[in-house]
Order: sequence, then C-alpha cells, then structure tokens
Amino acid sequence: MNTQWLTKEFGLCMALAVSILLLMVFMGSAYGIRVLVEASCYAIIALGLTIQWGYAGLFNAGIMGFVAIGGFSAMLLTFPVNQGFWSSDQASDLGQAFLKLLGAVVIVWAVVQLRRLSVPRSIRLPLLLITLAVAYLWVVNGFAPVTQAIVSQHGFIGGFGMPVWVGWLVGGILAGTVAYFIGHICLGLRSDYLAIATLGVAEIIKAFLKNSEWLTRGTLTVSPLPWPVPSAGEVGFITARALYLSVTAVLIAIIFYLLHAAYKGPWGRMMRAIRDNELSSAAMGKDVNQRRLEVFILGCILMGIGGAGLATFNGIFDPNGYLPLHHTFLIWVMVILGGPGNNLGTLFGAVFVYVIWIMSEPVALFILNTVSYFGNLWFAWEAPSDFASRALQARVFSIGLIITLVLRYAPKGLFPEKVQQYS
Amino acid sequence: MNEFVFFINNVLISGVVIGSIYALGAVGITLIFSILRFAHFAHADLMTLGAFFAFFLTALFPAIGPALGLPTAFVMLPLAMGLTALTAVYLDKAFYKPLRAQGVKPIVLVMASLGVTLMLQGLIRMFMGTSSRNLYIDDRKGIHRIDVPFELANRPIVITDPQILLILFLVVAVIALHLFLTRSKLGKAMRAMSDNPDLARVSGINTQKVVTVTWIIAGSLAAAAGTLLSLDVSLKPDLSFMLLLPIFAAAIVGGVGHPYGALAGGFVIGFAETLSVFNWAVLLRPFRDQLWFDLPANLAFVPTEYKITVPFFILLAILVWRPTGLFKGKVL
Amino acid sequence: MHLLEAKNVHGGYGGMNILNGLDLAINADEIGVIVGPNGAGKSTLLKAIFGLLRVTEGSIELRGELITNADPGELVLKKMAFVPQEKNIFPSLTVQENLEMGAYSRQDNYQHILEQVYHFFPPLADKRSQPAGELSGGQRQMVAMGRALMIEPSLILLDEPTAGLSPLYMADIFERIVTINAAGVGVLMVEQHAKQALKIAHKGFVLVAGQNRFTDTGMNLINNPEVAKAFLGG
Ligand SMILES: Nc1ncnc2c1ncn2[C@@H]1O[C@H](COP(=O)(O)OP(=O)(O)OP(=O)(O)O)[C@@H](O)[C@H]1O
Ligand SMILES: [Mg+2]
Repeated sequence: MNTQWLTKEFGLCMALAVSILLLMVFMGSAYGIRVLVEASCYAIIALGLTIQWGYAGLFNAGIMGFVAIGGFSAMLLTFPVNQGFWSSDQASDLGQAFLKLLGAVVIVWAVVQLRRLSVPRSIRLPLLLITLAVAYLWVVNGFAPVTQAIVSQHGFIGGFGMPVWVGWLVGGILAGTVAYFIGHICLGLRSDYLAIATLGVAEIIKAFLKNSEWLTRGTLTVSPLPWPVPSAGEVGFITARALYLSVTAVLIAIIFYLLHAAYKGPWGRMMRAIRDNELSSAAMGKDVNQRRLEVFILGCILMGIGGAGLATFNGIFDPNGYLPLHHTFLIWVMVILGGPGNNLGTLFGAVFVYVIWIMSEPVALFILNTVSYFGNLWFAWEAPSDFASRALQARVFSIGLIITLVLRYAPKGLFPEKVQQYS
Repeated sequence: MNEFVFFINNVLISGVVIGSIYALGAVGITLIFSILRFAHFAHADLMTLGAFFAFFLTALFPAIGPALGLPTAFVMLPLAMGLTALTAVYLDKAFYKPLRAQGVKPIVLVMASLGVTLMLQGLIRMFMGTSSRNLYIDDRKGIHRIDVPFELANRPIVITDPQILLILFLVVAVIALHLFLTRSKLGKAMRAMSDNPDLARVSGINTQKVVTVTWIIAGSLAAAAGTLLSLDVSLKPDLSFMLLLPIFAAAIVGGVGHPYGALAGGFVIGFAETLSVFNWAVLLRPFRDQLWFDLPANLAFVPTEYKITVPFFILLAILVWRPTGLFKGKVL
Repeated sequence: MHLLEAKNVHGGYGGMNILNGLDLAINADEIGVIVGPNGAGKSTLLKAIFGLLRVTEGSIELRGELITNADPGELVLKKMAFVPQEKNIFPSLTVQENLEMGAYSRQDNYQHILEQVYHFFPPLADKRSQPAGELSGGQRQMVAMGRALMIEPSLILLDEPTAGLSPLYMADIFERIVTINAAGVGVLMVEQHAKQALKIAHKGFVLVAGQNRFTDTGMNLINNPEVAKAFLGG
C-alpha cells in the first residue's frame, strides 16, 4: 500500500469536510444539507460517467440528456394521476393515436421484411422511404389533434401516481434504452462519433421534453413531485432533507460497492485492458464492442437514476432547466478533476466541484455588488442592468478553463486511478 | 403559382443559404480533422466569435458601408476573418498543441476543444450579454423582390443582400480553396499531411506551418459564415448551439477529411432541413379538390421546433449505412 | 570518418525497450544491409536513426556530427532520406505530387531531378498524373524511392524496398539500388531477401532482439555457415 497517496487523499477529504462545515455555518444547515443532497445526486451521475470514461474511455457529451430522461421518468411515474384526463374522451383518443403508431411500426417493419421475399433493392428502398413518409405523417397527424385537446382541456396527462422508487428505476431503464440505441450505432466507430451523437441526442431529448406539452407541460413545468421520505411540510426542512440525504447516501453506497467489486473482478480488468490497449484485447478474442456497450448502458442507467433523484429532490420537472452543454461539462469536471476510473476520486470530485459551483454564485454576486457599489461611488459608473447575469457566465468560462488545465497538467486527476498490474 | 413562389423562397433559397453556411463550417471541421485528427467542437463558437468581431468593427466604423454601397459588416469581413484566424492559431498554441506534444489520444483533444467551447461561450456572453443584435447599424438590409412573369403569381421571389453576398463568397472561397489545395506547394503539403502525417514529417514538410495554415483557413471560413449568417438573420450568442450539430453532420455526411464532400454535405443538410420543415400542404392546396383525403393545414415532416433533429437523424443514418460518408472519407 | 555511425543505441516505444545497445557504421560509398528475424527491431532502428523515435541511450553521428534525436526535417536538410517499410507514399496525391513533396525542403528549381527520377523509373513517367494509391505495389515502391531521391540525398535509408515484389521486380530494384549507390549515395537498407541483399552489400548486420549478432562484409556473412543456417535459410 502506497502511504504517500493515502495522506494526500486524506488531506483532500479533510479540506472538503472543512469547506462543507464552513458552508453549513455561513449559509445555515438546511442550505448546507440541500447542497449535499444535490451533490450526492450529481455524484451518482458522475459515477456513471467515470465508468464510461475512466473504465472504458467512452466520451459521453450528452449526459444532460440522460439526466433529463431520469427526471422526466420520475415526474411521469410518481406525479399524482390526472383523473380529469383519464375519465375524458381524450384518454381513449390518445390510446387510438398510440394504436396508429403501433400500426405504423408494424407496416414499416413489414416493408423492411420484404427483403426476405427477395424483392429487389431498387424497389424496396423507394417503397420503404415512401412508407416511412406516409406512416410518419399519418401518425403525426393522428397525435396532433389529441395532444392539442389534452393541453387545452387538461393541461397535461398527469402522472401515474406510483411510488418514487419505481420512477427512479424506470428513469434508469429508459436512459439505458436510449443508450443502447446510440451505443449500438456509434461504439464500433471512432470515439469522436459517440461524442457528436450523444451531444445530438441530448439536444433532441430536451427539444422533445420541452415541446411535448401534453406529456410534460413543457415550459409550464410540473410540481410538486412527491418525495420518497416525509416532506419538509411534515417534519421540517432539516429533517426532511437529512432523510433524503440518507436515501441517496445509501444508494451511493450500494452503487459504490457494486462498482468496486466489478472493477476488481475480471470484468473490470478486462474493461481496462480494452481501454488501455484496444488492439491486443481485440486480438485476444474479446468482443470489445459488446463490452463497451455494456459499460455505456450501465453508465447511462446511473445517470438516469441520478437525474431522477435530482428532479424528485427539487420537486419540480422543468425541461428548460437542463442545459446540455453546461451541466454536462460540470459533470465532466467532477470526473476528470477527481480522477477518472477512481470511484472515490469521482465522489470527492462531485462534492467538491458542486460546492464550488454553488458557492461561486453568491461569491461572484458579492464581488460584483461591491465592484459596482464602489464604481458608482468613486467614478459615478453605472453598471449595466444585466451585469450580474453576465458575470455569472464567468462560471461557464471557468469550467472550460478547468477542463483544459486539468487535461494538460493533471490528466489523471487529484486521485489518480491506482492501476493494479495486470499482464 | 403563388404556392410555387412560396416553395422557391422557403426551400430553394433558404436551402442554398443555410447550406452555404453549413458548408463553410464543415469545410473547416473537415480540414482540421484531416490535419490534426480530432473533431474540433469549438468550431461553431469560432463562427460566433467571428460574427462578434464583425459586429465590433461595424460598431467602430459604421459609416464605411454606406459609403461603398455594401453592408458595413461585409466590408469589415476580411478584418474579422483575420482576427478569428489569429484567435484560432493562438487557441491551438495555448490549448491543443501542448496536448499534441504530450502525445495524448485524439479524444482528449476533443475534450479540450469542448473546454475551449465553454470558455468562448462564457467570454462572449460575459461581454455581450445574451440578447440578440442586428449587424446593420448605420445601414439597412437590402431586400430584392423579383416579380415572377406569370399571370397567376402576384408574390415576388425574395432574396436579400447578405444572401447574395454569401453565395458569391462561397463560390469565390471554393475556387480559391481548390486552387490552393491543387496548385500551391503549401496546399499540396496539406493534402500530403492529411494522407500520411508520418511520411509528411519524413519528407521534410514543415508540419507546424501546415497546422497553422489549417487554422487560418478554418478560422477565416468560420468567421465568414458566422458573419454572413448573422447579417442575414441576427447575431445571437447561442448561434453556436444551432450550428454545432449541423456542421458536424455535414462534415460526416460528406466524408470526413474531404473538403468537397463537406461542401456537398453542407447542402445536403441545409436542404434536408428546409425540405422537412416545409409545409407541403401549401403545394398541394391547388389540387385540393382532386385529392381523396382532407388536406391538413400543416403537412410538414418536422415541426420547426424539432428542426435540430434533422441533422441528427441524417447523421445517424449515415453512421449506420455509410460511415465513410458520401464521398468515402476517413472514418473518424 | 564514417558516413553514418550508431553507437550503443537504446530505444523503443513508450516504456518498452526494443533496441538494446546496437552498433552500426557505414562509409560514404557503401551499401549496408540489415537482416534479422521478424520483430528483431530492424525497422525500429531505422526510425531511431531518422529521429522518429526517442533514443534513450547511445549516439548517432552523420559524418561525425551528432544527430541523436534530431528532427526529421533537419535530417532532410542534411541530405538524409528515409523510405519507411509501409505507408511510404501519399495515396491520394498524384505521382508527380508525391515527388514534389519529396522536394518540399528545396528552395531551388528541381525540375531536372524530377526528370532524372522519371528517367530512372520509367513506369512512373507514364503515370505522373495518376493518384499514387492506384499504382501497383512495385510502382508504389518506385514512387517511395523516387520521393526520397528528390533531395539528392547523400544517405538513403530503405526499409524493405522489395517487400511483396516478384523476384524479377526484386532483382530490378536491387539493380537500381546499386546504381544509386554507384552515383555516390550511401545506402542503409533492411531486407528480408537476405541472401540477394547481402550479395550487393559492402557491410552486413545481423540483428536479433535489438542487438548485433553478426557484423561483417556482405560476402563473409553469406559464407558464414552459422549465419547461413540460422538466417539465410540454409
Ligand atoms: N508502433 C509501435 N508501438 C509499439 N511497439 C512496436 C511498434 N512498432 C513495432 N513495435 C514492436 O517493436 C518490435 C520490433 O519491431 P520492428 O518493426 O522494428 O521489427 P522488424 O525487425 O522491422 O520486423 P519485420 O521484419 O517484421 O519488419 C516488435 O516486437 C514490435 O511489436
Ligand atoms: Mg520492419
């Protein structure tokens, strides 16, 4: 055991603990616990990324998309049932629209199957394209009136009123399903493609969630989402948030244990072999792409669960709150700063970066107010009205700067992955 | 006939315009990829940055354009291109070159370029806020209405000054790029380095110079595209969000590392977008009585708010069926 | 003074050492031939000499001047040329452009050298505006050597110039190498066709596991029963 690293890690953790303590003292313990809960949800997401990037070298640039799916699922499954909608005609109309969708899928599938009847490609391809176009327009025009009626009469279809853990679980599964399709297409290609595709998928998920008002209320947002533990109204802020924190903490502990076991086991060894030297493991006859797909899906499941936990805690589902580029790279900073491939480092990075991220807002505002106050006083300088919101963009700049600096000067992060020798 | 004019305005002209923008961006992406072998994610931000340079210069000398009879921002374009090219060269020096020297995997460079993206976005918003601006300050956008010589058409074909300038610019830029790549020593060296970087070193080609020239070309084309687009629409800091996916899709559709492919890819994506958000019901309306079904009011394939999905699905389709792109580029 | 002298060269890829203390020297008008089993480090040695790979220990001298870990671009200016074992052409560039790239470092008019190269490799003259990637294996090898000759080198490093060629072509290439050498160009080449190559060699080096096993004149190596048995196929 290398004691030198131990001391450094220990020191870093102590520093973090002290800064959290300071946060609690200055901002109140309710606020401090809130930050911790959010940090713990981000930690789950970051663990998802650390296995994708740290274990397998997969570049996921669309983290926020998977997080949004998790949040959406938490909302849809746990929000109370909208009786008004389900007892109205629109419910069956919507059912019919979905039947049309199913029908369209069957027809398209049938056209694809013409291949088996050895219909020549020159006929099949145009036929497929025409079928796709017609089926698509048919389905879209089937949904349009129903969804409009739902929005105008009932707001949206409401939730399913299920227990919170179901929402979280389904969030993970949904995220994993999307990951399966993306990974299936992109993992055989160079890693840049995965980055572009995941970036795109995040934008699309957001566009869908934002514009499907019948499903998500769009910009109107959905709240309050039920909690898995007694809410603040029942037991007070501190207790409720502490209870919530214990739920996420247990979740992290379980994930942590499972990942640790997997990492040490043959599966983790193989993953790292693939990451560090693709060619030789391919030569060793391991199905590299299959393994990578597994890791990619697993990581996205964690992101979905983390996203669900985050949305439930905030009590609100707001599709506009998901900023694909910025939040995605907040997670990236957590992982590369903490040490990719090192779960403990990731955990540390998640809490550390999140605390800084949160604290930078009041600190920046304080500095700004001081600057504009004295600027006004001494030079009669009038700060522009959106000065504060502009200056907050400094956070985006800092994330970018940290990413480039860490890549250059500490590519292994603060907690480097302790590579066991394997040959 | 009005319906047809509507089609020309909304599909043909729009497609050519947005396709040209994408093409200019995609050519830069493809050149950077073929020389430096990584997907440069900050490219759309270079486009935005270039437009902001043009905006500053326009604000500084608003009277120049009217004196010359051209939009001021267009007169300032060469300067904006130069500044952006310089920025690109220095970004490379500061952030990518040290990583290359360490011999990192290409994906680390991709990540660094995302870091640069965030920095540029943060800076632009910090200094310019998030509101949208007009690149015409002391002058006004020239709009040309061309009447169609048909009895039934009373609507004109509409094309604006910036659109005409954009198309002219693209033609000139493509010819210049072609001549550069096929006739000049440096251009040939660039193709050589794209073909086989190790052999380029072995042959004594000054690879650093080639890298610099690549950034200069990519940066100036990006600035031109960003400026001309902002001139035609408006200048917004989140321009880059709208551009990032389409220009990558265009580069990949065209075959990565293939400048002419990127050009074609830009138009493929541009037309795919305009065709899919076009309301086909407009064209069918004259035949409404002959149709066996009720014509819905809106028969677009993709609602405008989902336009971003179009390049994405084209990208996925290309990755599935032809990862090398239409023109047999390299697989990224 | 030797044209090229390598002393106690160590080096490899990443942390892995492939070259473990190699010595080698040739004179200005000589052909040196390196033979040895696959994976012995022959290509690695040429790359190390040409500055494409870090030499961690030992020294390399060109006409007495230290060139250890020099930049390839610099070596080209010192009239040293290298033809790698594989990927030794620019496939999408035309034959003519390939040759022009060889002359990239030249500032003078090199038209006459171009014509000399076409004269030396007649098949290339007919194909000058065809992409090099569309040529046959033998023609590509000619393009690769032609590219290297564009700087009028005083030392040329060739890595398996006859790989994959028919025996007739191979003899042809060897003949050309002798001609090049006769014009005063030092040649250091790696060859799998050990017997034929050693026949034209002034110096021969048998490499095994990154170290010299035998060093002698070409003829002596061919006649050495031990070498013949282990490395020349009996
Ligand atoms: N790019 C590389 N990275 C890591 N190891 C390499 C690389 N190239 C070669 N090697 C290793 O270096 C050793 C020597 O390789 P080298 O190419 O020098 O052999 P060689 O003698 O030229 O063989 P051959 O006759 O097959 O060409 C081999 O074990 C090989 O695996
Ligand atoms: Mg070799």
